[in-house]
Amino acid sequence: MLRIPCPWCGTRDELEFVFGGQAHRVRPGAAVDDAVWTEYLFTRENPVGLHLERWSHAYGCGRWFNMARDTRTHAILKVYRPGEPRPEVGAEHG
Amino acid sequence: MDRYGPYRLATGGQIDRTTHVPFQFDGVRYAGLRGDSLASALLANGVRIVGRSFKFHRPRGIFTCGVEEPHGLLQIGQGARAVPSARAPVQELYPGLTANAQSGWPSVRFDLGRTLDALAPLWAAGFYNKTFKWPNWHSYEGVIRRMAGLGKAPVGADPDRYETLNLHCDVLVVGAGRSGLAAATDAAEAGARVVLVEQDTQCGGRAAWGGSESTTSSESLEVLKRRLRAYPEVRVLTRTAAVGVYDHGVVTLSERVNSSSSRAPRERFWIVRTGRIILATGALEQPLIFANNDRPGIMLADAVRQYLLRYGVACGRRILLATNNDSVYSLARQLTDAGVEVAGVVDSRQHIPEHLAAMLQSSRIPLFARSIPTDTRGFSTLRQVQIGRLTPDVCGVESVQNIDCDALGMSGGFNPTLHLYAHAGGKLAFDDDTGRLRPVDALANVGIVGRAGRDGERSVGLRLSPVGDPQRQWVDFLHDVTVSDLALALRENFTATEHVKRYTTVGMAADQGKTATIGSLSTLAKLQGVLASQQPHTTIRPPFTSVTLGAIAGRSLGERFSPRRYLPLHDWHVANGAILQDFGGWQRVVTYPRAGESREAAVVREARAVRESVGLYDGSSLGKIEIRGPDALAFIDRFYINSLTGLAPGRVRYGLMLKETGTLLDDGTVVALAPDHILITTTSANAGQVHAWLEEWHQTEWPDLKIAIVPVTEQWATLSLAGPRARAILGRLPGDFDLSPHAFPHLTLREGTLLGARARVYRVSFTGELSYEINVPAQRAAETWGALLEAGASEGIQVFGLDALMNLRMEKGFLHVGADTDGTTVPEDVGWGAVARKKATDFIGKRSLKLPEHTREDRFQLVGLTSPSGTDFVVGSHLRLPDSIQATDGWITSAGRRVLTGEPLALCVLRGGRGRVGSSVNVYNADRIVAATVADLPFFDRSGECMRA
Repeated sequence: MLRIPCPWCGTRDELEFVFGGQAHRVRPGAAVDDAVWTEYLFTRENPVGLHLERWSHAYGCGRWFNMARDTRTHAILKVYRPGEPRPEVGAEHG
Repeated sequence: MDRYGPYRLATGGQIDRTTHVPFQFDGVRYAGLRGDSLASALLANGVRIVGRSFKFHRPRGIFTCGVEEPHGLLQIGQGARAVPSARAPVQELYPGLTANAQSGWPSVRFDLGRTLDALAPLWAAGFYNKTFKWPNWHSYEGVIRRMAGLGKAPVGADPDRYETLNLHCDVLVVGAGRSGLAAATDAAEAGARVVLVEQDTQCGGRAAWGGSESTTSSESLEVLKRRLRAYPEVRVLTRTAAVGVYDHGVVTLSERVNSSSSRAPRERFWIVRTGRIILATGALEQPLIFANNDRPGIMLADAVRQYLLRYGVACGRRILLATNNDSVYSLARQLTDAGVEVAGVVDSRQHIPEHLAAMLQSSRIPLFARSIPTDTRGFSTLRQVQIGRLTPDVCGVESVQNIDCDALGMSGGFNPTLHLYAHAGGKLAFDDDTGRLRPVDALANVGIVGRAGRDGERSVGLRLSPVGDPQRQWVDFLHDVTVSDLALALRENFTATEHVKRYTTVGMAADQGKTATIGSLSTLAKLQGVLASQQPHTTIRPPFTSVTLGAIAGRSLGERFSPRRYLPLHDWHVANGAILQDFGGWQRVVTYPRAGESREAAVVREARAVRESVGLYDGSSLGKIEIRGPDALAFIDRFYINSLTGLAPGRVRYGLMLKETGTLLDDGTVVALAPDHILITTTSANAGQVHAWLEEWHQTEWPDLKIAIVPVTEQWATLSLAGPRARAILGRLPGDFDLSPHAFPHLTLREGTLLGARARVYRVSFTGELSYEINVPAQRAAETWGALLEAGASEGIQVFGLDALMNLRMEKGFLHVGADTDGTTVPEDVGWGAVARKKATDFIGKRSLKLPEHTREDRFQLVGLTSPSGTDFVVGSHLRLPDSIQATDGWITSAGRRVLTGEPLALCVLRGGRGRVGSSVNVYNADRIVAATVADLPFFDRSGECMRA
């Protein structure tokens, strides 16, 4: 079970949160062709190492935030608010 | 040796010789002493055979003195409180304890299953993949499972209580031996919050019973305990095993509660969030591997030591010790001092340290250097050990001799207990010189102290006898895996350690290889001609020891399994005979059968009342969400397929919400109470999901829209008054609503007061009749409900439940999201395609509606079915068109009857359904095929004049 540092509430158990998939996805405009649109719907990155993803503190304050997590070690490298830019972290940093 | 048990020594041990503890094993009465474990009491009483091995049904006796026990797994008690596979060495003895062996028929001492041993080659690893094939495996499976079984599960509901508890600490110390006590005290001194856990009944570890090497051990133990007591805030949990380490320092503990109170829980399961974990977990001794190394009387040397010093029990009258390291020499001395005959020490090393050899000489104990046991004899129990003197290259033996003895204590060295370190991600590597695994990584949050952290003894001797029948050389005692099984796996090309494990089941038993894994690594390496350090070990996973499932469940059982949600009128419903059912946590009314009335008849009566006069329904679980702010309408417009810009205040729109994939998420109503105040309704089941959905898009996609989202599902009760007489009855309640059709048309909402309290009243209809959905604050529900019933009494008002409601709406072809729709349904399928296409502005899911999959001609479409034969429809029945070549052409999604006349009706999804109105389809229900006619929707009141009255 992860211990997740909600940017507003502090560190809480993973059970209080809901995972929201890959972060920084940009919703295409309506004029894109089917391939681009279905890519947006269904295709996600699946990296070994650094993953930028969304979490919601669903059973706490209810706020969404972003997280940089190492998918190998589950080390949480950074949490940051929606709209903030991609952080400068490498997978190896603690 | 006297009435304390034939193998109980007259003095020594830490048991209380003044208190006898009666117990039973396999129906025979024995007595132990207070402080005994079940194993020490059995050994004291000379009980040598406690079980039969898994495959071959060979007799087995107590092997260890700890949780790693592979033979002494006994069934304790019976019925609901039975404990299968209790480890005898850690099972505390209590008066009246009844224990039974778990295998052997007719008894563990005389077991007909022994014949299996004679056919041993048939049971080689993976035998079930190669044998018992004709006529099929299942003919044999039952018998084989019964013969191999390990205990009986308790019968009936668990009568005991368990607790699940949470802890936070800075430092968790696992193991309260000397090193653990010191570590805990040091951490407390430095100001940390400390938790110290010990799986034994007492703190002190080996030092507590004299098993420590240092002679000053008992002194410093007292000092250590005193130092720790100076920090009373350190939480010390005994009888508590740390069973798993998870991410981010989360550790689980399993505590066996020791309390005579009937109110106490049987066990506690602790979830600890730690800053740092210190493992003071010691080491587990490993066996030697030689032919017939599994007979009763053969045990680990350290177990012989603990039974002697802690329990005052001699494990035999003439004990032989065999080793590949230093540890048994002090034991030989301790046995002799206690008056137990030591037949000799067999050491597989070439060079034995002088001082150790001298120790034996002074006690006149024979030393057999450069020797290893090669075989043993004794049908039911050990009688003789054959030892071989190793050739200088240790690849064979140059001579053998037989030594009579009734017990053999063997030591293949100590392997540090680092399972928790491995759980935390630490890697272990086999060290060829010390013959054990050692930690490779330095984990940030795990420290290792004491025996678990010390380097092993260097240059240990041979562990595996180079001669002897490999089919009789046991590596995993619990699963009856021998050296020949490992060789077979290699021959069949299962050479990766993880494959060998699964093919032979070595290390997979209830003891999870605690006394098998090391031996299997050495053996596999030897068989392949490589160094054991080149043989990777298998992944170590929680739990370290078995955990009772009830402890993990804790108090989350029965009524507490998931929270119940009660409607504001719950008590009234119950008092009036309602049948309630759980829908998404809500306790909702299905129907209100009267005395002597069947459920079916009640539903028919209720639905008729709505069509003929008036009915009242509690729909308070309906989801209600308010969105306020200058951008409220613009925001909510992005969620519905319906165009909401220009929605006049008070006008109600029925809308569909889609997922981004274009499929239906939910349906409900939208009304603007004011230009900056929107109220939406959702289905009961999806209220939470829709709220979360709105928040997600606002917070992550459109944070610039100035809105606030407030769920108000529980704040407002929703009472549905439906039927031709609804207006008349509502009009009788004191209030300021103008109910005239002109002032209050269909699909509008009006705010006002009713019975002196504020109310929001919708004219929307799910029933197809003139309906008012009266929303009052939840605490006014009972008063309003009562007033409506009273006002409608003269008209024959009836309360109705979900079953009647569903039948009424089905006649109208109204959607039941989740029943008539699924994860593939798009608006066009349910007749709303045109509305979605007409909307010019963007909404979630809009782009997906243009995908080829969603514009196919032959998609399943929602239509009705009537039944020419009068056969009832069953939800889920598949449909096939005449001359169809498809596996299915759809299925029935809702089923019921015409409310007023009783003919069977159904809603279904049918391939190209709207183009087939009037034609016939076949309905498949189990083994029956019945014809049905495709019908247009709705079945009732096509013009809708009842609703719009």
